Amino acid sequence: MSERSVSVGDETSDETTTAFDLRRIGLYATMLGLVVFYLLPIESGLVTSIKTSEALINTQPFAPPGPAGVTLEKWQFAFDTLWSGMINSMLFTIPATLLCAVLGSMAAYGLTLVDWRGQVAVFALFIAGIFIPYQAVIVPLTQFWSQYAMLEMRLGLLLSARSATLLELIITHTAYGIPICTLLFRSQYKTMSWEMIEAARLDGATVWRIYKRIVLPLSIPMFAVVFIFQFTQIWNEFLFSLTIIGSVSDPAASATLILSGLGEALEGVDYPLRMAGAFITALPTLVVYLLFADEFAEGVEV
Amino acid sequence: MKRVLAFLRRRRDESRARTDGGSTESRSTARRWLDNDFVRSAPFWGPPFLLMGFFVYAAIGWNFLLSLTDYTGFGGADYSSLDFENYRRLFEDPAIWEATRNTFVLLVVFTITCLLIGLGLAILLDRQVRFGRGFRTIYLLPFALSFIVTAQFWRWMYNVNDGIVNQFVGIFGIGPYNWLGNPQIVLGAVIFALVWQFSGYTMVIYLAALRSIPTDQYEASRVDGASTLRMYRRVIIPQLRPAMVSASVTLVLFALKAFDFLYAVFGGYRPRQGADILATKMVREAFGQSQWAYGSAIAIALFVLSLAVIAPYLYNQYTRGNL
Repeated sequence: MSERSVSVGDETSDETTTAFDLRRIGLYATMLGLVVFYLLPIESGLVTSIKTSEALINTQPFAPPGPAGVTLEKWQFAFDTLWSGMINSMLFTIPATLLCAVLGSMAAYGLTLVDWRGQVAVFALFIAGIFIPYQAVIVPLTQFWSQYAMLEMRLGLLLSARSATLLELIITHTAYGIPICTLLFRSQYKTMSWEMIEAARLDGATVWRIYKRIVLPLSIPMFAVVFIFQFTQIWNEFLFSLTIIGSVSDPAASATLILSGLGEALEGVDYPLRMAGAFITALPTLVVYLLFADEFAEGVEV
Repeated sequence: MKRVLAFLRRRRDESRARTDGGSTESRSTARRWLDNDFVRSAPFWGPPFLLMGFFVYAAIGWNFLLSLTDYTGFGGADYSSLDFENYRRLFEDPAIWEATRNTFVLLVVFTITCLLIGLGLAILLDRQVRFGRGFRTIYLLPFALSFIVTAQFWRWMYNVNDGIVNQFVGIFGIGPYNWLGNPQIVLGAVIFALVWQFSGYTMVIYLAALRSIPTDQYEASRVDGASTLRMYRRVIIPQLRPAMVSASVTLVLFALKAFDFLYAVFGGYRPRQGADILATKMVREAFGQSQWAYGSAIAIALFVLSLAVIAPYLYNQYTRGNL
């Protein structure tokens, strides 16, 4: 990369320095303008969330309020409302992310390690699973959980209604997350050095042993990518929450579900409250994204 | 890859034949069966495949079956009398045609705009800029947020009285508009917000492709005296085709299933007139009005539309040996 950067940078070396500078300035001005475009809705939300109702009327939507116009009341209220949703979201997002990653890695290994007829067909079914619109499965899915599996009734002695719903969400998110995780791991396994594996195989190592001793340790960076990417995907998901949990007041309601109904009142929309709620809901994904932006981008690339 | 594996296997068989002294032939069929690649790999891909297969493919079949019933309201479906009544209803429902039209407008405008802006961003970032990673992180940031979160921001941005968008167009002496309430412009407003959220995604796809183009191609076109614009048009952009195709597939499929954002920005199952798409119509019929069978029929229509995009794409990937 750096090598090419130099050559691209050199392009204007035969032109005058001022032209070069103007072009660079234009480039950076465009990029900063775009920063404003991408951050403005978020920035405006942030300053709005701490405004008193007076400051909301008297200040520009993107300007921070004066010291007298600051209140954390909305954050407090949004936090109290969303807290249980945050816990619920964590409780299904983390197990589902881990399960997706492990199952995806196993599937990718099983489909890369060996070569048999029909293998491409199986892999194509995995890949097509990434793109299937959830609308095409959502009615049977809710039917399955509410009328056939009925975890709440069958496991009533072991699980509360809330845990049963969370378990349903874990299984659902895992099932629909497997295809993308398989693709991510497969993209790595395809380019992995197979000499070592072939050598181990000749030494008589079983497929399980090869997976545990060679493939898994080599996949640790890809596990990081999958964790980051899948965590944000499952946390941000809404349609399953809406249809499987059903109601904002359900004890298992997720953060996104509660946020969708937050601040809706007869006298109008409470924007500062909604903005505060949006930030609280987004907080885990924001933290993960800002800490691991490279892994996230890598997850997107494949 | 396949060729490599086949080569390795041949080599393995050769070496095994050497060490075993030809004993391979005398191995029992059971032993050979256990050594079969299919059987040995099945424990790995089998369980994930069953779980995924049940929830994805069995569910689609089940959904089709449901679409043939006349299941509405509470209770379970009655599978004893199946007919295509819901599909007839689908063709006669004017709201479906409106939703289909909106879906296609969204799909085309959203996809093309995202591709163009993403390409522009990727080219900007690919030109030796300082803090390139910082810029990329900022441009991709909206994509990491939930639609429910970004919908809150855009409700505020599009606010009629003092929303930022109305203030901005006010500079040019137009507006204020009721962006999310006016049937003429609501779809455009939704597309604009979705482009804001997704253009970073296309940028990342293009950027990865740009960075895989060998340096000497830039140098060669430079030596030939090509201008920067010409270099990109003639040499670089044609090589971005595979990236463009895979990004378009993702964007089109997203446009088909976009529901979360519309639900959150309009605060319910019913988007404002002019912004109803098939995805929102499907969820509304099923979960808003308990028209389960009819909703399933719309879902099948959506599935067929998606398949029209997925199947050629996967076939193309297969022929290129990318699967």
